[in-house]
Amino acid sequence: MATKGSRILVETLVEEGTEVIFGYPGGAVLPLFDALYDAPIRFVLVRHEQAAAHAADGYARATGRVGVCIATSGPGATNLTTGIATANMDSIPVIAITGQVKTHLIGNDAFQEADTTGITRSITKHNYLVKDIRDLARTIKEAFYIARTGRPGPVVIDVPVDITMAELEGEPDKRIRLPGYKPRTEGHPRQIRLAAAALNEAQKPVLFVGGGVILSNASEELRQLAETANAPVTMTLMGLGAFPGDHGLSLGMLGMHGTPAANYAVTESDLVFAVGARFDDRVTGRIDAFAPSAKVVHIDVDPSSISKTVHVDIPVVGDAAQILRELLPHVRHGAREAWHAQIAGWKQNHPLSYNGGDAIKPQAVIQELCRMVPEDTIITTEVGQNQMWTALWYTFRKPRTLLTSGGLGTMGFGFPAALGAQAAWPDRLVIDIAGDGSIQMNIQELATVVQHKLPVKVLILNNGYLGLVRQWQELFYNKRYSHSHMDNPDFVKVAEAYGARGLRVTDPKDVHRALEEMIRTEGPVFLDVVVAPEENVFPIVPAGEAINRMMGGLA
Amino acid sequence: MESGEELNMRHVISALVENKSGVLAHVAGLFSSRGFNIDSLTVGRTENPGVSRMTIVVEGDEAVLEQVRKQLGKVIDVLKVSDYSGRDIVQRDLALVKVFAPPAKRSEIVSLIEIFRGNVVDISSTDMVVELSGPEAKVDAFVEVVRPYGIRELVRTGLVALARGEQK
Repeated sequence: MATKGSRILVETLVEEGTEVIFGYPGGAVLPLFDALYDAPIRFVLVRHEQAAAHAADGYARATGRVGVCIATSGPGATNLTTGIATANMDSIPVIAITGQVKTHLIGNDAFQEADTTGITRSITKHNYLVKDIRDLARTIKEAFYIARTGRPGPVVIDVPVDITMAELEGEPDKRIRLPGYKPRTEGHPRQIRLAAAALNEAQKPVLFVGGGVILSNASEELRQLAETANAPVTMTLMGLGAFPGDHGLSLGMLGMHGTPAANYAVTESDLVFAVGARFDDRVTGRIDAFAPSAKVVHIDVDPSSISKTVHVDIPVVGDAAQILRELLPHVRHGAREAWHAQIAGWKQNHPLSYNGGDAIKPQAVIQELCRMVPEDTIITTEVGQNQMWTALWYTFRKPRTLLTSGGLGTMGFGFPAALGAQAAWPDRLVIDIAGDGSIQMNIQELATVVQHKLPVKVLILNNGYLGLVRQWQELFYNKRYSHSHMDNPDFVKVAEAYGARGLRVTDPKDVHRALEEMIRTEGPVFLDVVVAPEENVFPIVPAGEAINRMMGGLA
Repeated sequence: MESGEELNMRHVISALVENKSGVLAHVAGLFSSRGFNIDSLTVGRTENPGVSRMTIVVEGDEAVLEQVRKQLGKVIDVLKVSDYSGRDIVQRDLALVKVFAPPAKRSEIVSLIEIFRGNVVDISSTDMVVELSGPEAKVDAFVEVVRPYGIRELVRTGLVALARGEQK
């Protein structure tokens, strides 16, 4: 019996558990779309391929499953690249299937041809060009395996159109062949014991957790570790939600826009116990001033992240959840009264703050929102001030409730990521917190959420500027606001033009009611919140400074 | 070892990779995007038809070398990474040198070639092509010795290496 390539492809996707695909058709994927027409997979048609990649990414972040997106050859594939790079930087398991011109035309500058594998090589965990129909099924299975194991990441599968039209006799060989890929999950027992000993002996330890804890689904193990050891916990942006933000041991986020308590604690610590974090420059500040008196334990699934920026004394390579489980029996409770008193002092003397005023304060809006919504609400953000205020003023208690582009910092991520998350969780509240700049990068997805009935709520913190750029220009470039001011459209009318609901609030007294309206709206809605135009995110650690040298907003 | 000596140290790394299209581009792209300094890179077949061996000479200190090893290891099609630093290895670089060799100078040049145990593989009325292999330093020395005569063209493979002694 002969099977068409497009059928093999779709069947293998179903076997790998694919339930939703985000994408956009085109010439090189017509046969594939024909096979999708009556396939048991839900298809969400976006309005720009970049949004398809972000939606698959948001779906993956919200569920822990592999997200799938499809685009055609040439411009379809190149439009995916920002989304793929975003997923790559944050280690998100995404499969991007791109059409390609016929095999015999590859390299001939054919119509809608691009060197997709060449272009995406540096932004994927791995990529494939399928040149033979006999390799198709195996390639897809390998791609899923690579995407979801070890340190997760995006995989691109470039499929020439003639492969999808070709026919294969008999059963395809689906056995995975990856002799060069052996991800390590088990930690070395000796290293685990050393790590436990270091934690037990430390007088001033800090547990420092990143996105890896969420990817590994290790939140429960982390909480047990923190409580057993009685050690304070700080999170990177990607780690928010891995540990409850309102837990007594939580220090909040650390780094460039981190809380004073977190930044002081890390700087004064004698042990930095890192789990699933990569010591990124936004977090460490000046490296030679980062935790100068501390030993460093680093638990991570990727050996290349260990000692890449900060020297690590006790590395433990493997899966976070597994290692924490094995670590726990060796960990002792430590009273460490002096350390906890010092931390309490920092929290009391340097709480986060902002000034009042006549205009709506974005920080207040986010605080209010947090009070009004259920704990399992999914928040996505764009990039810039909207993102940092969300990180500081919204209390995340559960993993996979904050979906944000931390590594690449991609404006335009939040709205499509939200629609991806909503497709995964139709009954949960999903809110994109955006700026007026960011929302315009993928505003066309209003059409997608209306057509596919994805009731995403978008809260636009509208200050008429590229906020964080303006802030840096104010603080470090003598207020020379070079091209950071924007004339914006009427967001209410834009939403309504697409068939969604549009709301606006301009008076602080009306904020609560407006948020309530937004939350209660049954379908997709834009809430345009006109906020104080020159509000800044504080504290801020200027670039190149040590993280305990914060400026602004310290009470 | 003093830190001054570690600067600009050259390390030899040998990687076994799957013999698939794109692997060379991937490794080259990796080195370029991460800012690693490659002195030379050779790749060729091994005793196993599906597997190629890459020999890479990298400049940098210990920290750079560790990152190079780890990042290379992450590439899916890289099967094994061996760091030859501090190990006893056989190193060879092969050069083909086209020297300007008019009849009057020929015998001089040939005796130099004999000293280096090279071979004349082509000769014409004005030029001579010499094949020479050995450790890089030997090849460097030969090139310097014949340079005064006039080097028309020169091609080198770059370093290939294998560890001495028993296979572990």
